[in-house]
Amino acid sequence: MENFRSAPIEKKFFTPIVLLLIVLAINGMIFLLGRFLFGIGAVTNLDNQYPWGIWIGIDVAAGVALAAGGFTTAALGHIMYKEQYHAIIRPALLTAMLGYTFVAISVMIDLGRYYYIWHPLIMWNGTSVLFEVGMCVMIYLFVLYIEFLPIVTERFIGRVSFPGFLKKLNRPVDKLLRVLDRTLDKTMFIFIIAGVVLSCLHQSSLGTLMVIAGPKIHPLWQTPILPLLFLLSAISVGLPMVIFESLITSRSFGLKPEINILSNLGNMVGPLLFIYLAFKIGDMVIRKTFVYLTELNSASVLFTLEIMIGIIIPLRMFLSRQVVNSPLGLFTAAFFVIVGVLMNRINYFLVAYTPPYQFQTYFPSFGEISVTVGFIAIEILLFRKMVMIFPIVSLPETGSQKTKYFIRGKSQ
Amino acid sequence: MAAQTRRDFFKTSALLGTAISGISNKQIKAQSKNILSENRMGVLVDTTACIGCRKCEWACKTAHNLPTLPVEEYDDRTVFKKMRRPDDKALTVVNEYQNSTKFPINVKVQCMHCDQPACVSACIVGAFTKKENSSVIWDTNKCIGCRYCMVACPFQIPAFEYEEALKPDIKKCDFCFDLTKKGKIPACVEICPVEAITYGRREDLIKAAREKIKNYPTRYVNHIYGEYEVGGTSWMYISSKDFLQLAFPKLGRDPAPGVSEAIQHGIFAYFVPPIALYALLGGVMWLNKNRKKTESETEI
Repeated sequence: MENFRSAPIEKKFFTPIVLLLIVLAINGMIFLLGRFLFGIGAVTNLDNQYPWGIWIGIDVAAGVALAAGGFTTAALGHIMYKEQYHAIIRPALLTAMLGYTFVAISVMIDLGRYYYIWHPLIMWNGTSVLFEVGMCVMIYLFVLYIEFLPIVTERFIGRVSFPGFLKKLNRPVDKLLRVLDRTLDKTMFIFIIAGVVLSCLHQSSLGTLMVIAGPKIHPLWQTPILPLLFLLSAISVGLPMVIFESLITSRSFGLKPEINILSNLGNMVGPLLFIYLAFKIGDMVIRKTFVYLTELNSASVLFTLEIMIGIIIPLRMFLSRQVVNSPLGLFTAAFFVIVGVLMNRINYFLVAYTPPYQFQTYFPSFGEISVTVGFIAIEILLFRKMVMIFPIVSLPETGSQKTKYFIRGKSQ
Repeated sequence: MAAQTRRDFFKTSALLGTAISGISNKQIKAQSKNILSENRMGVLVDTTACIGCRKCEWACKTAHNLPTLPVEEYDDRTVFKKMRRPDDKALTVVNEYQNSTKFPINVKVQCMHCDQPACVSACIVGAFTKKENSSVIWDTNKCIGCRYCMVACPFQIPAFEYEEALKPDIKKCDFCFDLTKKGKIPACVEICPVEAITYGRREDLIKAAREKIKNYPTRYVNHIYGEYEVGGTSWMYISSKDFLQLAFPKLGRDPAPGVSEAIQHGIFAYFVPPIALYALLGGVMWLNKNRKKTESETEI
């Protein structure tokens, strides 16, 4: 049997695409600077009618959903204890860690008083959905960093070498890393379970966020089971996201895709999408909101597209054996699910939101889009850099040594 | 900070206490409900009496130290050509709607000071509070500028200083809390030359409004806007015309935060669901791991 072992990838960092991403990142940062110098109004199209724009709808809401690969693979690999999936846990963990870091940064730049971002830690409001989401995301981000630590210790134990006068620190730091590694080894399960619980909580609560907006949200989306729909869609987008990013990584670094693992993952997506679809349609039937689909407007069109592109088409694709066994098929199907969830979050937070007094509709400004695109570019760049520094991506190994996964030492 | 009263202190300590002893949010909710006092104040706006002189706009700006034109400029009626909304520069505005009679209808708009305010429930740091005398006020020392209150408010009232880079405020009518807590009446009520707006106990105002509607059935439609809307508001309106035609939002009787708080408290009831989930996952993990261990042992 072929074995996989995580190792840093040795390839050159700069490629034409990387340069393009750097340009996009710089462009975004220029507009971001404008936001800090001249205020949110100067860069965004937000106003008193539309207090939230794409920085919340895409960067935060969709960002959290698309980082769901972290907790779904953790649940699959560690809690269900399916060893074959350990190879994909680390890339998913890195995506989640970067994703949530940028969710936090996006929240921060969208706050009018960003320097007060720590206020919710001491000023509690138990009735606020946003408070719960904020706390869960903050703690989960912390958990993700802890989950990532063993990768850092694995990379640097026995390899700490500071230059120059810092040399004295080499031994103590190495010792510290070893202690850290041993402690984490014994306690990691606490954090892994906590990560899954926290994810379930805030993924669902993200759906409750707009419930309080009541009639401002179009009835096609506004339902009391929103938390459930958000949780189900997050779970069903987690694995496609892992498939998508794994295939892109293999392509980008010229590695052989781990098609067996990915096909097995793909086989799980179909049923998950089916459950999501069942609840989505069931909710529509019970609340009789399908009447709104007979009207022809942006809401009904986008709702239909969201279900077609994001659920029905990929559901059919993931049920096909041919699709699931071919990298291109898997890639396309996963891409549909991702676009579908992205559309759903944008629809729910932006399209479905109609203020009672509307003078003009919201469309993101060039600056807003630049910042969002810039953040995505930076995330991709960081991902590329990190897999070159840390042992994250699994490379095929000829020896018979067993896979080393996070609970190091546990695998005899 | 002068606004930090003894009660606030007790409330904070009570909140901390409940958090520490792990008691559910339900009781926190019950606490905020208890604040509704029998004697809470309100305002009745009689839109049939309002003449659209906009003196209230001037008084409001003056009372809140906002830049304002001289009072004479407010006689300019051309501003009525388009509908205006309260924003960060004007906490109340008067709009005009045409009527079948020769007199137009003027409607003053400001925060409604809901009995169960969505902003108080939604605010991530609890920067909004519902005071005993009905005022819903905002605390600049807590606010982080997330604008969730604006998303939540069913009347689209809180406004944000989008042009302010360093310390943007949320601006909205505070029911002149600084005046009313000293027993004075709000600035707009005080200046109104035709007594179109009446300040008093909310219960008394409802009685008075019913009386008016009963005595002049041709003058008023039989509806006190704000008596039941989103669970009741402190500011209430009576009018000669259906309120939807005067650009009032169509709202049900359920409090705006009702559903979201119910969901929230369902998910977090005594923290049981999260802890149960944690235990369940832990159990599953342990079982699967043990199964794996026995399997590999038998292999050997």
